[in-house]
This record gives sequence, structure tokens and C-alpha cells, in this order.
Amino acid sequence: MVMWIVIGIIVIVVLFIWSAYNGLITAKIRIGEAFSQIDVQLKRRSDLIPNLVETVKGYAKHEKTVLEEITKARTSLMSAQGAEEKAKANNQLGDTLKSLFAVAENYPQLKANENFLALQEELSDTENKIAYARQFYNSTVMDFNTKLQVFPTNVFGGMLNFHPAEFFAATEEEKKVVQVKF
Amino acid sequence: MNIYNQISSNKWRTWLIMALFIIFITTLGFVFGKATGYGLSYAGIALIFAGITSIGSYYYSDKIVLATTGATPIKKSDDPELYHIVENLAIGDGLPMPKVYMLRTDSPNAFATGRDPQHAVVCVTTGLRQMMSKSELEGVLAHEMSHVKNLDTRLMGIVAILVGFVAILANMFMNQLWWGGFGGRDDRENGNSQIFLVIGILFAILSPIVATLIQLALSRKREYLADASGVLLTRYPEGLADALEKIAKYKTPIPSVNNATAQLFIENPMTKTKGKESWFAGLFDTHPPIEDRIRILRSM
Repeated sequence: MVMWIVIGIIVIVVLFIWSAYNGLITAKIRIGEAFSQIDVQLKRRSDLIPNLVETVKGYAKHEKTVLEEITKARTSLMSAQGAEEKAKANNQLGDTLKSLFAVAENYPQLKANENFLALQEELSDTENKIAYARQFYNSTVMDFNTKLQVFPTNVFGGMLNFHPAEFFAATEEEKKVVQVKF
Repeated sequence: MNIYNQISSNKWRTWLIMALFIIFITTLGFVFGKATGYGLSYAGIALIFAGITSIGSYYYSDKIVLATTGATPIKKSDDPELYHIVENLAIGDGLPMPKVYMLRTDSPNAFATGRDPQHAVVCVTTGLRQMMSKSELEGVLAHEMSHVKNLDTRLMGIVAILVGFVAILANMFMNQLWWGGFGGRDDRENGNSQIFLVIGILFAILSPIVATLIQLALSRKREYLADASGVLLTRYPEGLADALEKIAKYKTPIPSVNNATAQLFIENPMTKTKGKESWFAGLFDTHPPIEDRIRILRSM
């Protein structure tokens, strides 16, 4: 009689671990997908750059430094290896873009150019898309971390080699108020 | 209440209402069965009838609604700002991009339909498009897309089946009463059958109304849920709150809408009563009172 109870308990525990494992692995894969979706938007931003540079060159030939910096930032992004290098390169690209748009303020003809306006709108929209992609990434991380850390899954989550994932965090630089100098 | 509590409380209440509904129907089936002596075969036939009629409308809900309201599809180039808003919200929820439609009318409103996110359609009126700022549009669209994400079309489709089921059951029972004798095995049971007969008649008269009230209560809960889910997406409750305030001030209803499609809109597009309604009249609303929705949004 006791033997049956013990077997019953073992079966229940096994089934539980099985389903918990599947839930966790699914949640973890979703995090990976959400993370690469951010990359999709970042690449979109990067791809808009050459067009932008050409348009600006036509009106603001003298602003060589800014244009060079943008092209440089993009090149270093394309050659970056690994998540950390890519993140740094992307941040740098973002900074140079800010300078470019600040500089463009001095050129009324450029500002009126339809191409430039369209690109500006596209880039602004891409920034929104990057933000939403990061938000979704955070929600998948929250889902996974919650599933991992509730009881009783937290008891054996570590044994199954699952560790809490990290939320997306802005760097200290990014959190500062942007100074726009003309 | 914070937003996560809002969401879980509304989901929990949905299940509670569904459970009560099922208990209600089971009781109905039991009483009618006892009263006529036919038992469960009644229930089976009624369910099949209701199911067939409702499944079609669920499956083609998007096409049906678009056809009856007369909305037209728009491309990205027609309205890039609107298109981008919908696109970005879909990215934020990790969902495929729905089809976007416009409805030509000054009355500010919006709806979304589709049996799941892969077959979703979202529509705004030209009135809404002109009246709202970008963050207000985002709030409204996030609410609408949340309806699809929360599978509300599916839920309300199931509920519609159940309501139809109840109406048919009641109808069959009354028909039997009127026209036929009572067959079946236990029709000769002493006084029991008589009591069930009386209860049965009472139920037959009241049950369709009760079922509809349950359906409307559920519809209101899902509206609150869509409000909260939308805010979870935009992280900006004030956007939707401002939009609802603007919508509340607008009086003219949308002409091409009827009772069936009214449920899908962000606010009931048919004639609105001005001022506070009685609690009882409020039971018949598809949407919760706008002041309450705004108040809850502002407390998030």
C-alpha cells in the first residue's frame, strides 16, 4: 500500500518537473527571439544611414566631421563582434545621429528637403520601434524570471541549469538629459 | 489598483462569470428535462443548433463586421502615422501586424476584430483620426488590439453560442408545453413533474433575459481588461483617458451599426443616454460607464 503511494508521489513529481522544464525552456527561447527582434530594428536604423549621409552631403558639404563620424560609427557597427561590442557601436551610432540632426538645424534648405524630412521621420519611427522591441524583450524576461522564481519551481530551477535573465538597462550615459548645442 | 491587479482581477472575473453561466445552463437543462420527461436529449439538440449558427459568425467575424459597417482598407502610404502606430504596438506585444481599415464617419470610434492575432483587423473612424493626438490614438489602438490579443472575439463567440443555446432551450420547452403532450419515461411521477413544470415555465420566460445580462456583464469586464492590457502596452494611461474624455463629449451615433456589432467598438456607437443612468439600465450596457473607465485609468 505504502509502495503505491510512494510511486504515485514520484510520478507526480516527475510530471511536474517535466512540465515546469518545458515551460521554462519555452520562455527562455522567447527571450532569445525578442532579443534578436531588437537587432532587426537596430539594423533597420543602420541601413537608413547611407541614404541620410548622401542627402545631407548635398546641402551641408562643410560639415565633413559629422558626416565622417557617422560613416565611421556605422562601419564599426558592421564589423562589431559579440553582443557587447555591438551594443557599444549602436550607442555610438545613436550619438552621432543626434549630432547630425542638431547640425542640420543650421541649414534651412536641407530641412525643407523632402528626402531629408522623410528620412528624419523614418529614423524617428525606428527609434520608437527600437523602444517597443526593448519593451517586449523586457516582458519576455519578466515572464521567464517569474516562472523560474515562483515556488516550487525555484527549488530545482538551478539544478536544471536555468538562471534569471537580465532586463534591458540603459547605460548611465543614456540616462543623462541630452544636451543639444547649436 | 495597479495595472497587473486590474488584469488578473478581470481575467478571474471572466472565468467566474463563465462558470456561473454553465451552472445556469445545466440547471436549465435539468429543470426542462425533468418537466418534460425528455431529459438530456433536449440539451443536445439545442446545443448543436446554437453551435452551428454561432461558429460561422465567429470564424468570419472580421469579414462580417467589415461588410456591415462599410469600412475600407488603407495602405501604409495612405496614412503613415496611423500605420506606424499600429505597427509599433504590434511589435510591443510581439504580435503580427493586423490589417488596418478606415470608416468614414465623424463620430469618433474604433474597433478591432478577428478570431486570433493572425487574422486581426483594426479600424478607426475618420472622426477619431482627426480628433485625437498621437498619444490618444495610441491609447485607443492599444485597447483595440488588446481585444484581439485577449481572444475576446473567441470568448464572446462562445458566449453567443451559450446565449443562443439558452434561447433555443427555452423556446423548445415552451413549444412542447403549447403543442405537445409529454412523452418520456418519468411523466407519470406523482407531484414532482408538476413542480418542475411550474419552475420550467418561469425559467423559460426569464432565462433568455438572464443569459443576455450575463453576456453583457462579461462584455463589460472584457472592456475593462482591454483598457488595462492596452495601458500595459503603451505604459501611458493618460493617453487613453484623454481619448475617452473626448469621445464622451461627442453625441452623434454611427449610422451603420447595429446591436451585434456595437460590442466591438471602443465605446457604444449607438444613441447614448445623457447623464447618470439608473443601476438597472446599466445592466444592459455593452460597455462600462465612461467616467468609471477614465477614473480607473487615472488611478493606474
